[in-house]
Order: sequence, then C-alpha cells, then structure tokens
Amino acid sequence: MKTVVIGVIGADVHAVGNKIIDHVLTEYGFNVVNIGVLSSQEDFINAAIETNAKAILVSSLYGHGEMDCKYLRENCDEAGLGHVKLYVGGNIVVGKQDFKEVEQRFKKMGFDRVYPPGTNIEDAVKDLREDLGE
Amino acid sequence: MGIHLLVDFGSTYTKLTAVDLEKEDIIGTSKAMTTVKTNVLDGFNLALEKLKVSCPDMPEITGISACSSAAGGLKMAAIGLVEELTVEAAKRACLGAGALVNLVFSHHLSRKEVKQLKQADIDIILLAGGTDGGNKECIIHNAKKLRDADLGVPIIVAGNKDAADEIEEIFDASNQEYYIVDNVMPKLKMLNVKEAKEVIRQIFITKIIEAKGIKKAEEQTGEIIMPTPEAVLLAAELLAKGYEDEEGFNELMVIDVGGATTDVHTIGEGFPKRSEVILKGLQEPFAKRTVEGDLGMRYSANALLSLVSPYEFKQYYEYDETDIEQSALKRHENVEYLPDTDQERAFDNALARICCDYSMSRHVGHVEVVYTPLGNMYYQTGKDLTDIQYVIGTGGVLINNEDAKEILKEVNHKSNKKLELRPTDPVFLIDRKYILASMGLLGQKYPKLALKLMKKYLV
Repeated sequence: MKTVVIGVIGADVHAVGNKIIDHVLTEYGFNVVNIGVLSSQEDFINAAIETNAKAILVSSLYGHGEMDCKYLRENCDEAGLGHVKLYVGGNIVVGKQDFKEVEQRFKKMGFDRVYPPGTNIEDAVKDLREDLGE
Repeated sequence: MGIHLLVDFGSTYTKLTAVDLEKEDIIGTSKAMTTVKTNVLDGFNLALEKLKVSCPDMPEITGISACSSAAGGLKMAAIGLVEELTVEAAKRACLGAGALVNLVFSHHLSRKEVKQLKQADIDIILLAGGTDGGNKECIIHNAKKLRDADLGVPIIVAGNKDAADEIEEIFDASNQEYYIVDNVMPKLKMLNVKEAKEVIRQIFITKIIEAKGIKKAEEQTGEIIMPTPEAVLLAAELLAKGYEDEEGFNELMVIDVGGATTDVHTIGEGFPKRSEVILKGLQEPFAKRTVEGDLGMRYSANALLSLVSPYEFKQYYEYDETDIEQSALKRHENVEYLPDTDQERAFDNALARICCDYSMSRHVGHVEVVYTPLGNMYYQTGKDLTDIQYVIGTGGVLINNEDAKEILKEVNHKSNKKLELRPTDPVFLIDRKYILASMGLLGQKYPKLALKLMKKYLV
C-alpha cells in the first residue's frame, strides 16, 4: 500500500475538502496520513520522513498557497525527500488568474502536479497511480 | 498485619518509611548514607537501626518494597528518526520509566555519535524510528551500527514493526542483548510507550540493579521493583485518579527540586480549553515526566547559573554583595552543603525559584498565534496546564523550607510568559515527610492506603 501525506498548508483552516480527499484516497487503497489543517511545511516533511510517504498532497483554499508553498521542494530535497512527489491543489493563488500560468509557476517551484479549483479527486488518483506505479 | 517497610536507595541517602498496616498510618521514617561502594546493606541496616530506636514499639515487619536511584540512577540513550516525532516518543518512554536520558540521537547514527555512546555511561539504549509501515531504512542502519559498536548494553527496539524481523537477524548474528517491543509511535503523532516502559523496568530489575551493586540489598528487601522517579510518577497518578471510593485530587503536578535535576510530573490530559486552539505535535502522555539536568540545587548549580544573567538572577535574590559565581561553585563542589546563614538560605531559595520557573517553562505547553482570514487561531504544543488544581513540591530544598510555598509560586502564570500554559491559581502542597516515592511503592500493593496517607501527609 502506497503512503501519501495530505494536509492544508499555512494559516488555512478549511477542513472539509481535506476530509473528502482523505476519504476518497483511502477508498482507492492509499495509506493516507492526514496531518489536517494549519500545517507547516515542516509538518508535511516530518510526516513524510517517518511514514516513508511516496507523495505529499498539499491543499490550500484561502489564496495564500503560493507563499506557503515556496521552497517546499527545496526543503524536501534538503530533508532527503528528493524522490517524493509533490502535488498541490485548490484555490492556490490570490484572485482570479489564468490557470495555465499558475500551473507553470508551481511547476517551476518544483511541484509535479498542480490542480485548479473544482478538480475531481479521481483525476488526482489517476495521476498518483501513474506517478507512483501500481 | 504488621509493618510494611518502604525503602528508597537514593544517590545520597537510603530512606526508610514504616507504614503500620493495621493503624493505617506512617509510624516512622529514617535515613542513612547510601553505601553502594562498600556494601549497600550497611546503609540500609544503619537506617533500620535508627528507625527501631525512634519507634521502639514497632510491630513486626511483614513486607518490604524498594526502589532505587543509587549510583546515578537509570541512564538511557534515546534514538529515533525525526526529532519532533520518534526521537521525542523514545525520550518520553525513557522518562516515563524513571530514567535519565543522557544521550539523544536522530536520523542515521554517525561514527562520532557511536563513539559518544561508547564513552558515555549508559545502562540501556532505546532504538526507535519510523511509523509502522513507514521508514525502516534508518532504524535498520542504526541497528547495524549498534551491533558493530558492540556496546555491551541492552537495546530495546521500539520502532517500525516492518523492520523487526531484519533487526532480529542483525542482532542474532552477534551476542547483542535486545528486546523487540511495540513501536513507540505506531502512527503519526500517536504515542504508545506502555510496552517499552515495562521492558525498561524489567531490565532495570534484572540487570541494572546488579551492575550498580544494589543487588545485594535484595537479600533483605526482596526485589527492588522500580527506579525511584517512576515510583514518584505512580504516586502522582494514584493521587490524581483516586482509588475505588477514595477520591483523588484530579489533575495535578509534582515538582521535585533535587541536587542534580528538577523533575516535573503532571497527571492530566492537558487538551486545549478553547475551540480556536489547535493541538500540534506528538500526543502527550497522560502521566508526563520531564527532567531538567541543568536545573539543580547542588551538582547542577553551575549549569543553572549559565542559564541566567546576573541581572536575571537578581530578580530572584535580594542580596547585592554576594559573589554569585562563587556561591554556586561552592554548592557544585560540595553537594552535601547546607546553608548556615540567612543569606545562604536566600541564595538556595533563589536557586530553587529558578529551578521551578525554568523547569515549568519547559514542561508546560505553549501557544502560538496564527492570523487567519477567519480571525486569530492558536497552535498549542504540549499540555494546557492552566486549570491544574494542585501543585505538590518535594525534594530536599522544599520539604524543610518554610518558604516552600512562596518558592512554588514561581510555577504560576506570568505576565512576561503569556504564551506558556502554566497553572493559574493552584493549591500548593508540600511533601513534608518526603514520602511520595514510598507511597508510589506502597500503592503497588495497598493503593487505597497509599492514597489516604498522601492525602493526610501532603500539606
């Protein structure tokens, strides 16, 4: 069973989506380690180290995700998690912006997958299976 | 029914407490120097003589229970993966079992760290790392390092269960003594130290006692059943929970200001008290013990001084002309020292106040403000102890000190430490007869009586 760490980053307390992601990923056979809301980069990284996670899925709804996610890739690399896939999704930037640009920005920051608001979690499941192998 | 004798082989004194089971009362206490270097029974017999002299009509002794912190107590090394997670869980297991944690390592052990382990005087190593099903590469690497180091010290393996078989093979190939127990952190942030604690106690009873020259005492006292700090923790737990129809005190704290360390024990969940507070970090043990090796009245007086500036020290001490460093050094070099003037007593009181204040800062939980679009939220790390109702002081400097309750007030909430979740308005009690460890022992066989006696003698 593949382990993934999920959580809501920064000063963001939106718990509903987080619970849904937990539920759906578990249904699809992932070992979900949910660190919940108000989580720091450090929390994601520590959880991934101890649980030997293959991917970190970061959620954000309150618009400050871009700031919160800065250097997450570098910090993961520093912690020996270079092999861990990074996903991010939700309302991750301030205001309405062209998603193509947003996706490019986050990919530049080292994220492997970037999802706009309203994404079906099943799409992410498909990507996870592809990225992590069955 | 006769006398149940409680024995505490301490680092300096061997202390006896005689409990009359029929009268349900403590009928006498006595102490004599601990004699580990010659024959530990000499000190014990001397104390027993003294006890018999002070209570000539003492009924027959029908049972004895003993604990020990002699010869430096139980010294452990805790090894884990991430500092805030399995390393912390391993540390808590050691502390909860009454050990001192002298060395702490995270991630992969280096040669330098193994060398430190070799040089340090360690009794048991606790090796953790990884949640169940999580990282196992690190703990396996560390197990190999420890096997190659051939330290001659028992190792308790309390990490990722997926690594257990492989670690068994690693240690079976050598003569390494090892015990595989439940993971101290089986799931992220979940603390599970019960089995690790039990095995620590078992090793303490069967091996450590002998290595420290205390085994001989068992000829007279029967099995020495636990390290003294664990007895104190068990006493505190009993006093908090109550037993059958004898009510307990609910959430409480015991602070033990000793010569070398300051131990703080709290019994209580310490969950957040408000809805906008979110709990962070590893799960807290219901009965939690922390030990501060740099806060003590004698041996650690020097180390303590390095924590406070002369200006800060003056906040606790009213005399101007004292050479603070000299006074601390005097205590460090002569651990038997007893203050003989008002000024020296005030100096001791100042040290005690710093021990209480600083150990509290490290023991209690902290909050941190997070500004969110939904308003202020708070992170809480550690236990919220603001509602603790009783704070019990013990240890040499407090039990014979008329200012003891004044000193203990240092644990209270402070305006300059607003983010620390300290007690706000507790009742202070002093262990005047120095019986807490004994009552922890007595509670193993006679919990109700131990509870009654604590309620009577903690004043």
